[in-house]
Amino acid sequence: MSNVLPREILITTIARLLEGVRHVAVGASSPMPAAGAMLRRALDENERTVRLSILGSVEHNFFTNGSCELFDSAGQGRIDAFFLGGGQIDGQANVNLVGVGDYPQVKVRWPGSFGSAYLYFVVPKVILFREEHTPRVMVEKVDFVSAPGVSDPEVYRPGGPVALLTGKGLFSFDKTRPGFTLESTHEGESLASIREATGFAFEHADSVPETPAPDAATLELLRTRVLDELEETYPAFAADWRRDLAALSVPA
Amino acid sequence: MQSDLKRIVSKLHSGMRIAVPVDYAGVSMALTRPMIEAGLRDLDLVCVPTGGLQVDMLVGAGCVRSVETSAVSLGEAGGAPRFNAAVKEGSIKVIDATCPAVHAGLIAAQKGSPFLPLRGLIGTDVLANRPDWKVIDNPLSDQKDPVVLIPAIHPDVAIFHAPMADRHGNVWIGRRRELAPMAYAARETYVTVDRIVEGNLLADEMTGAGVLPALYVSAVAEAPKGAWPYGLWGEYPADVDELKRYAAAARTQEGFDAYMSETAQQGEPA
Repeated sequence: MSNVLPREILITTIARLLEGVRHVAVGASSPMPAAGAMLRRALDENERTVRLSILGSVEHNFFTNGSCELFDSAGQGRIDAFFLGGGQIDGQANVNLVGVGDYPQVKVRWPGSFGSAYLYFVVPKVILFREEHTPRVMVEKVDFVSAPGVSDPEVYRPGGPVALLTGKGLFSFDKTRPGFTLESTHEGESLASIREATGFAFEHADSVPETPAPDAATLELLRTRVLDELEETYPAFAADWRRDLAALSVPA
Repeated sequence: MQSDLKRIVSKLHSGMRIAVPVDYAGVSMALTRPMIEAGLRDLDLVCVPTGGLQVDMLVGAGCVRSVETSAVSLGEAGGAPRFNAAVKEGSIKVIDATCPAVHAGLIAAQKGSPFLPLRGLIGTDVLANRPDWKVIDNPLSDQKDPVVLIPAIHPDVAIFHAPMADRHGNVWIGRRRELAPMAYAARETYVTVDRIVEGNLLADEMTGAGVLPALYVSAVAEAPKGAWPYGLWGEYPADVDELKRYAAAARTQEGFDAYMSETAQQGEPA
């Protein structure tokens, strides 16, 4: 068994996707994106300033005008990266946060589109992040488009999806095709297992590599500084992580 | 104190369009139960820009006709059970929005303008289901440039909770400046506060910068811990256990009714 936790690989992958960004915004209840952004900030410490805004957090928040200011600053081009989940995500990177079935009287209602119908258009690097990777989430076509993966050429769209990270693998998104390409599979997964869990078609190389684990220095940073920082905003997630780390060090 | 809350509720009527803030910005939970007890019906709620417990309770109690919102959820405690059930049954009308569009509609009203243009939205089913939002070709551009016009939102009433107000009716909203456009846009604004302070909050530059002036405030009522079980910025955290207790109880209408009558006896939290 590996001595790196699956969530540590996800967080490291998020940090890698955030390379070069100056300001990352993270929605509420998103501990892994927040941890990935904190890791990016720690890795870049002496080279650049990486700002992190977490909605609803007092500690990690530069705003004096609430969510209104988050969207304003995104519109001004001051937010480089953002994360979106989705009850359904399809092969064109359309995202559905509203519900399953025929709108408006849907069979299953999710909270709603939040700011996705705007941020997906204006934030240059949107990372789709959803741990559950099953055919009911990764569908061929979403039932409701909260935010579309691509737009017609005349539509103002400096932003959009660049990647989809799940509990099984990492995809990149090509907006010219449009479609996803499987870039890597996480430990224990394969092209076949991912194909089985995915409701949409995607491209891939003949041989798909495994998602890289963090090197020793990154892992050390992750388990010390990042974990400590994360604890302020996400105490339950941090405690869970520490418990898993303690279990790792106990020989079976 | 209770009489002040009742006086505010007496100004509310069935069929009103009422704006309420997001869960972390100061929700007047103190007014929620009196609103339900007053038997209000057919309310059109505008969530700025999302809703939670207050919306779910008003829906569960049968007070609501429509909800205009970017989302409704109980955050860490999960989905909003009565809202979700009502959507499924078709017993309320949900008018889906996106957060910056709600802000844009209020800011248009704040300026006395008929609309505000907003980027994004084109190609979404959010827009496809909003016949009141119009797409025009940007008249200032030489090229084709479609942009969405969000009409001004004019609530009859805005309701929120804040830490303090003075006896002149000035309300301190601190850095939660997004509350101000709600008040600018609404015909009447009713605020509950944790405490009423002596003096004039506008007399001091430090507090004055964070004040919603009495000009925009119709009435204030003191309601200590009036956001509970939500938290209030700078004052107290959310009571997540209570939110979870509600979320579990309100999975069914019977459970919701039992929760509401049980907690009616408790009054204010300790």
